[in-house]
Amino acid sequence: MTSQVTSSFQGTADLPKWVSPAMLLAFFLGSFTLQVMLASSTEQNELNLIPVAVFGLVGYAVALYALSRFVEGRRKATDRLVTILVTAAFSLALIPLLSLAYTVVQNGVARFDAEFFTFSMRNIVGEGGGALHAIIGTLEITGIATLISVPIGIMAAIYLVEYGRGTIARLVTFFVDVMTGVPSIVAGLFAYALFVIFFGPGVRMGLGGAIALSVLMIPVVIRATEEMLKIVPNELREAAYALGVPKWLTVIKVVLPTALAGIATGVMISIARVIGETAPLLIIAGFTASMNYNPFDERMMTLPVFVYTSYANQGVDMQSYVDRAWAGALTLMLIVMVLNLVARLISKYFSPKG
Amino acid sequence: MSKRIELQKLNVYYSSFLAVEDVNMVIEPKAITAFIGPSGCGKSTLIRTLNRMHEVIPGARVEGQLLMDGEDVYGPDVDPVRVRRQVGMVFQRPNPFPTMSIKDNVLSGYKLNNSRMSKTEAEELTEKALVGANLWNEVKDRLDKPGSGLSGGQQQRLCIARAIAVEPDVILMDEPTSALDPISTAAIEDLAVELKEKFTVVIVTHNMQQASRISDMTAFFTIAGTGMPGKLIEYDKTEKIFSNPAEQQTEDYVSGRFG
Repeated sequence: MTSQVTSSFQGTADLPKWVSPAMLLAFFLGSFTLQVMLASSTEQNELNLIPVAVFGLVGYAVALYALSRFVEGRRKATDRLVTILVTAAFSLALIPLLSLAYTVVQNGVARFDAEFFTFSMRNIVGEGGGALHAIIGTLEITGIATLISVPIGIMAAIYLVEYGRGTIARLVTFFVDVMTGVPSIVAGLFAYALFVIFFGPGVRMGLGGAIALSVLMIPVVIRATEEMLKIVPNELREAAYALGVPKWLTVIKVVLPTALAGIATGVMISIARVIGETAPLLIIAGFTASMNYNPFDERMMTLPVFVYTSYANQGVDMQSYVDRAWAGALTLMLIVMVLNLVARLISKYFSPKG
Repeated sequence: MSKRIELQKLNVYYSSFLAVEDVNMVIEPKAITAFIGPSGCGKSTLIRTLNRMHEVIPGARVEGQLLMDGEDVYGPDVDPVRVRRQVGMVFQRPNPFPTMSIKDNVLSGYKLNNSRMSKTEAEELTEKALVGANLWNEVKDRLDKPGSGLSGGQQQRLCIARAIAVEPDVILMDEPTSALDPISTAAIEDLAVELKEKFTVVIVTHNMQQASRISDMTAFFTIAGTGMPGKLIEYDKTEKIFSNPAEQQTEDYVSGRFG
């Protein structure tokens, strides 16, 4: 140290900034070379990347900890070790996600073309065809489910937060909790059983699918809205009351606008949650190869069911069925992504500025 | 307009808990009445009964009589919403509506009640209320900006502008300066003195200098112990309370020997 003045705040010297990334690189390269040498000596052609990552990471962590302990002292060494552990856990969690996105895109692009979005599967065996009927079905069924669930969900949440007292409120909360855990196949059976009462056995229609999805969606909307309404400061409600604003107007004009961004996000998440449901739609909406724009009559195809049936019932030209399934999966993922982007925009646009 | 408020044998309860016991007093119009006393003695509870705000809390209720210019505020046919339109309130922490602009905050008493008004009417009213709250010069160039972007003191004056825009008879202030710095506090105090020209002003404060500076009448409340009801000990002209109080407890409190 060049400084003449020694301060009691000065600790031991820090490692230079480049040391940590340089060591990481060195250990991974070292581990990689080791594996290559090992593979060539045992005349294996396959290079296994898992030991490369494990040895590289463990070696890096141990070496950096030891070096840091020696140069920087115990506190900073522990800090570095924990940073490595947390970052490693994060990367580990990211791997399946990235791998999934990569696989879907890689397999999906083969049939992600104009024909896929302009044709149905009517009279198509083997190559060609598209999922327009499934896309329309998914949009219609999910749209109707949203129209049913959002008003019911938001109003139920308003009741629970603003008005609910005593036994009824506790019962509603309890059943919302129970409904959150209802398996989706049960929701499908419920919708089927309900529609059989009115239309007789063997009924298939898009509206039934929308009902089944609503059963799954309503508790999610209630929960999300409830949480958002709860964090609206009570002071704002009191400010409105003190101005002589009745309770219902306070809820509509003060509480809801303040919570709007969060509610919109919650609604989008609930849509994303149900748009990929397969089981209930398989039962009540059924599957078809033809276009059907009318959700009140006849079978209606949806994207998840399209993916499932393409994969489960492969025809003679197997590859074209598999390709269509992946393209359907890619489309579904993109729709969910767009919904998430919309939710972000809404929450950015509507959240209280200050 | 300003109104005389009479409290007769007023008891305030939270469910079965008696929070304030047997208050008898007359709050004069066109004057500032200060409520002082240690924490938990029921000052805030009592001020919230004056515009029926305390019954927003489940289980809260009032016994006795509260008359405003002779009209029973707790009468059987009285709509609490109508009471609150005549009795404005300013809270401890500034609470402008975060989704609204400065202008909309001032007009919120009308807008939230779906009252329609012409554009010129709205502009005149905004200016009048903001001038009345000594805030006009600071915000006149940014009336469309969100109210939450103002400083704490400005936000509190915005809340006062919002309260006086609906032209109430009485203005209640529940520790309006306890979250503000001395300069903003001075601005609010000056404003309170101006407001008493037109309104009945009731202010709860922990700051005894504030009470002695601005109020005409002072009420001293205290509490015998935890779980006991708060009581009105002495109510008199401010000079009397601070120079020569009749009760020993009052003297101990205002001279700083307790509380």
